[in-house]
Amino acid sequence: MAEKRIRVLVAKPGLDGHDRGAKVIARSLRDAGMEVIYTGLRQTPEQIVAAAIQEDVDVVAMSLLSGAHNHLFPKVVELLKEKNAEDILVLGGGVIPEADIPFLKERGIAEIFTPGTPTGKVVKFIRDKIGEKV
Amino acid sequence: MLEKEKWQELSKAKENWEKGTVEKALSKFKERQEEFNTGSGIPIARLCTPLDAQKLDYENDLGFPGEYPFTRGVQPTMYRGRFWTMRQYAGFATAEESNKRYKYLLEQGQTGLSVAFDLPTQIGYDSDTPIAQGEIGKVGVAIDSLADMEVLFNGIPLDKVSTSMTINASAAILLAMYIAVAEKQGVSTEQLRGTIQNDILKEYSARGTYIFPPTPSMRLITNVFEFCAENVPKWNTISISGYHIREAGSTAVQEVAFTLADGIAYVEAAIKAGMDVDDFAGRLSFFFNAHNDLFEEAAKFRAARKVWAKIMKERFGAKNPRSWKLRFHTQTAGSTLTAQQPDNNIVRVAIQTLAAVLGGTQSLHTNSRDEALALPSEDSVRIALRTQQIVAYESGVGETIDPLAGSYYVENLTTEIEKRVWAYIEKIDALGGAVKAIEQGYIQKEIADSSYAYQKAMEAGQRIVVGLNKFQMEEQPVKGLLRVDPAVGEAQVKRLQELKKSRDNAAVQNKLADLRQAAQGETNLMPYILAAVRLYATEGEICNVLRDVFGEYRPVEIL
Repeated sequence: MAEKRIRVLVAKPGLDGHDRGAKVIARSLRDAGMEVIYTGLRQTPEQIVAAAIQEDVDVVAMSLLSGAHNHLFPKVVELLKEKNAEDILVLGGGVIPEADIPFLKERGIAEIFTPGTPTGKVVKFIRDKIGEKV
Repeated sequence: MLEKEKWQELSKAKENWEKGTVEKALSKFKERQEEFNTGSGIPIARLCTPLDAQKLDYENDLGFPGEYPFTRGVQPTMYRGRFWTMRQYAGFATAEESNKRYKYLLEQGQTGLSVAFDLPTQIGYDSDTPIAQGEIGKVGVAIDSLADMEVLFNGIPLDKVSTSMTINASAAILLAMYIAVAEKQGVSTEQLRGTIQNDILKEYSARGTYIFPPTPSMRLITNVFEFCAENVPKWNTISISGYHIREAGSTAVQEVAFTLADGIAYVEAAIKAGMDVDDFAGRLSFFFNAHNDLFEEAAKFRAARKVWAKIMKERFGAKNPRSWKLRFHTQTAGSTLTAQQPDNNIVRVAIQTLAAVLGGTQSLHTNSRDEALALPSEDSVRIALRTQQIVAYESGVGETIDPLAGSYYVENLTTEIEKRVWAYIEKIDALGGAVKAIEQGYIQKEIADSSYAYQKAMEAGQRIVVGLNKFQMEEQPVKGLLRVDPAVGEAQVKRLQELKKSRDNAAVQNKLADLRQAAQGETNLMPYILAAVRLYATEGEICNVLRDVFGEYRPVEIL
């Protein structure tokens, strides 16, 4: 029997157009055997949450380089809770100052990956976390 | 001795060197790598000799500075006349804050302004739009109306400075606001100098701040060309940008190829709109990236000038030599900066500055060491500006024109890049031009493939980034990063609401109705936008009228 593949929504919240990182992560996760859905640019938290539920994903991985992370990342976690989907693992990445990370983790973002993170580290983190649940 | 015999003799001598001296050395020490390539994948020879440049025809391939094909530079005396314009891209939070930063930079010896707008401004949303929340004043200054623009340039005489504005989908509106500020200062449009980026095609392929679909976007762009040709003759009406294509992960060759292909599309659109090529081509400008691969980068700029000159002269039949010149701004490569050991970024930026200057740039922005961490702090911006000043005043590289010319290696690279750029342009022509290539996702796919290949090479240790995948160390978090106060957003929204109460709303609605009607027809929209802007119509209101008429762009997502 085929093993259930981990499903990931790679999302670009807000107005930021820097999608190099999001695309590299999406391809890396796909190459690591995960099923990846990429939202494209300019997604509102509501759109991201709707897509996550519709696609029945295990992980939402958001990338943001515009500085709006403190506003947008927690919003996604809140909306997932409202929809009883808080079991979905939420990750963030991008240009995010060290000082903001404790706040974001407190608000339910499981991990923040900053510039220079090897893609393998993200793959491993997802496998470890989702593996725990399965 | 006959020419042919001379080459044969040299070829033989080189062979002897390889079989003798080199083989002997290799038997003791192997080279660091099996093969060496530039970032674009161009093979690098162990040694270049006159053999590598033997096909070069000096007058046709290189020529003289200020003359066709401009390989050696667009100005006859280059930096012996005056240095490049040192132009730091800046803007954040409110118009007041940014105005202070501009005045600081001008006091520090900067010679031109470069305005960064926040994302809502770039995408045509007023600060009170729901999707703008969290983004106001973050990556640039928030501008909703002429009232903000008046504050932004308060005390800065617009007849004295040249101003570059990174604005694309809504460029026509921000240019109209700039003109309206000048009017209030008593400065005529003939005196205004500066640039709007106004390059929508790379927004679709790499940068993401599009609003409207390609056809109406191209109309807005050609409207600006036409309006400026008549009214703002010293204004650079577009900055055709490879910078963001490169940042998105392309190679140097792709950067030049895709940028020049976009350039071809703009020239074709303007000609189709009824303009004569020589009426607008002289106001086209370009914007490139400067990476660490010093020689490939310098060669890239030389090759770009040569290819563009040929395109304008031969393909479009431009007669005015000014139309043949590729004048460009450069910015050092943000994507090469590391969050790890950020002071190392100062050194990277210095190398990239050299690449841009050796490549003959007309203006330059140097990035700040802390950009992989946050918006740059004032100290970091000053060091970045000082880096340019040190290269200009202390290194001596500007004292003679195009000093790398004649280097067997650099000439060889220039020729090789040129060849590969032409191959891409042919491919894009075959797809139906840049607009079609973007609509089919071809350019996005090419960029994403290069970016992924680079990431893999780095993770495999084939590409070394100091401090990142080699020579790492434990670090303390960096202090003194710039933060934009979240209260900026609320204050900006309040300011906008007050404006909407105090202006003549009936008059604004009239002008917006005029604009709607004009947009439905085929007339030039600039006069209508200018009329609305003068009465403090907001950027969002103007864009919403155009969204209604033009629709919005829906991207193809390419992974």
